[in-house]
Amino acid sequence: MKGSPSRRLPKRLSLAVGAPALALITAFVITSLILAAAGDSVSGVWAQILSLPSPRGYVNIINSATVYYLSAVAVAVGFRMNLFNIGVDGQYRVASFVAAVVAGEAWLPGYLNTALAVVAAMLVGAAWAGIAGLLRVTRGVSEVISTIMLNAIATVLVAYFLRKVAVSNEGSNVLSTKEIPEGSRVPGFSWSDDVPDRIYGFILLAVLVGVLYWLIINKTRFGFDLRATGSSQTAAVASGINVKRMVMAAMLLSGAVAGLVGMPILFGNDYSYGLTFQSGLGFAGIAIALLGRNHPVGIALGALLFAFLDEQSNPLQILLDVSPDIIKITQGVIVLTVVIAYEVVRRYGVRLEQKSVASASGRAKSEPVATS
Amino acid sequence: MSIATAHRPGGRERGGRRRFSVAMLLIGFAIFLVLMSLLRVVTGTDDLNSSGTISATLTAAIPIGLAGLGGLWSERAGIVNIGLEGMMILGTFGAGYFGYFYGPWQGVVGAIALGAVGGLLHAIATVTFGVDHIVSGVAINIIAVGAVQYLAVIAFTGVPGGGQTQSPRIDALPRLTIEPLSAQLGRLEDQHWFLASDFAAFIRAFITDLSALTLISLLLFVATYWVLWRTAFGLRLRSCGESPAAAESLGINVIRYKFLAVLISGGFAGLGGGFLALVASSTFREGQTGGRGYIGLAAMIFGNWRPGGLLAGAGLFGYTDTLRLRGGGASIHGLLLLTAVLLVFVAVWQFRRTNRTSALVAVVLGVGVAIWYFLTNTVPQELTGMTPYVTTLLVLALASQRLRMPAADGKPYRKGSAG
Repeated sequence: MKGSPSRRLPKRLSLAVGAPALALITAFVITSLILAAAGDSVSGVWAQILSLPSPRGYVNIINSATVYYLSAVAVAVGFRMNLFNIGVDGQYRVASFVAAVVAGEAWLPGYLNTALAVVAAMLVGAAWAGIAGLLRVTRGVSEVISTIMLNAIATVLVAYFLRKVAVSNEGSNVLSTKEIPEGSRVPGFSWSDDVPDRIYGFILLAVLVGVLYWLIINKTRFGFDLRATGSSQTAAVASGINVKRMVMAAMLLSGAVAGLVGMPILFGNDYSYGLTFQSGLGFAGIAIALLGRNHPVGIALGALLFAFLDEQSNPLQILLDVSPDIIKITQGVIVLTVVIAYEVVRRYGVRLEQKSVASASGRAKSEPVATS
Repeated sequence: MSIATAHRPGGRERGGRRRFSVAMLLIGFAIFLVLMSLLRVVTGTDDLNSSGTISATLTAAIPIGLAGLGGLWSERAGIVNIGLEGMMILGTFGAGYFGYFYGPWQGVVGAIALGAVGGLLHAIATVTFGVDHIVSGVAINIIAVGAVQYLAVIAFTGVPGGGQTQSPRIDALPRLTIEPLSAQLGRLEDQHWFLASDFAAFIRAFITDLSALTLISLLLFVATYWVLWRTAFGLRLRSCGESPAAAESLGINVIRYKFLAVLISGGFAGLGGGFLALVASSTFREGQTGGRGYIGLAAMIFGNWRPGGLLAGAGLFGYTDTLRLRGGGASIHGLLLLTAVLLVFVAVWQFRRTNRTSALVAVVLGVGVAIWYFLTNTVPQELTGMTPYVTTLLVLALASQRLRMPAADGKPYRKGSAG
């Protein structure tokens, strides 16, 4: 038994790496089957997707991964407590809209304005998620349903208020909020001199959020309570944790992070909130959080993978006349296969353990018999 | 049959939980009709319950109801199905593809079949592999959106009248009208008499221009009730959702029942999507479902995991959606008064149950809505879009604590857990 921890570590590692690898291969095979069945070029599609991105492509991948990362962390905060915050989608849109209005009005100079807008976004995101939390705590409404409804309500409300506050920009008839003044924008990092596109300066915000997420969940009393409630509610209650307060806190925290999702786009690229503001980030966040097993590093890898697939599938239509939507199937299948693979690997691990325990106890039983 | 009835000692139940009976449903309906009639007269909004509104409500409610039925089948067997939306999306494409290339009835079959494919995925993930039900459902929704977009490009690009995101016009399913009676009732309805006209409008909606698929769908509600609550098969299926270990110890093949239930669930959701493409609009369009799968799920919860309540829930959401589309702001404005009155009723009821906080919240909300009603003449057109969703939230917030879901709903089950 002495050597077991060192023997178990590589096994645990291989199980942890094995599951995502298994999932990716399965998703690859299923996508290929669909492509073949539809009569599209299987090899051509994979040659394009698995090729090296252009320098501009790298910037795009990192930028969308940044946004995905924030969204996935927001979802993961809830997941750690078995709360399904499907509402990140609505929360970030409401928050981005409010932040765009605040930043556009420019009540404060320079970066103070930026900070104010970011805080406003977090508060609004938290408040929007808090409605679902409140309904769950006081009325027992499942947060899955209420956040889905709040997503739809957010769409309507934002469109309505956008029309109220919109300014007409010269040369376009797209409705949007006032542009953020130059001084409050967040400058980006240059990838290389010949690429004009820049990496969002707010990538630092994403890194900070990742570090804080890890610290809060793993190193604080609050994080322990959160995980305890997620693992076993009855045990949490028995150890004196106020579950209702934890639900509310987790929901608010998740919503606050969700409020940050739109910030890199707002301050690094769009500079205003319009009808064309990127949507659907919340649902990608759910998939990525699952993919990354709610772990800050795992989520980062998942976000990069999703961003990579998005970017690489874009030219499919032009190059091969294949709809890039095929990659959405791949992404969905990855999510499904990754959870199945973890379950299969877990069962396999349990069986291995049972076997080793059985053989060990068998030895233990047979040994005294042999000696006596 | 005998097993199902033997387990219902009617005499004892009266003392404990109250149950919906046919009489109660009829009384409830009568009260509802009187209330709506009053509301129409008081607010002067005749469109609140004209036969046109009621038949449009039916068309809006059926897809939601079918999705809810899908949810009912699977959750009664203990599998939470949030993938209903995805299965519905698959159904819209199935109806579009088979409906256009082969004919409307084949479209119905195609919708059911593609929905069932989504159900199959969900069943493999949740029943066979024991994956978390919500995770699997979310994944299915993502896959379905991508798959339908991808398939639609292949199927309908270059087809006359079609495009990358929509099918050409699909031939209509037969429609039924009972001519002389319909005309008679129409004359009665036009009188705008209190109660009589409303009743005529209600009957007329069901005998005028009723799609065959609407009729079939309504029958499916009855069939679901009969199968799940009046047959041995249904009892066994429900036992898998209440206590799978006990069911298995009695020799029921729990895994097979759950698998079948989720497949049927997918079929129902697919049919709901097919209804949208075949009856509600006569073309397949991308994004046609608009979250109706989720609303169906909410309707099922509102209906306390029972078909009658589910139908009422679907009707409510269909009705608010219809009012918004037909009358727009003015009709929704009329509805505000009803909401205010109902909230005050809730407040009184909660107060009598010495639930002071709930009563206070309801009173504040009710007075707020009433003030909104009296200070304005209409609800901004852009805001009417959220009526069904706000209704869902409000109804769930008021009702959810009296609901009881199947005891083992959402819990993974592995064969042999009975020991």
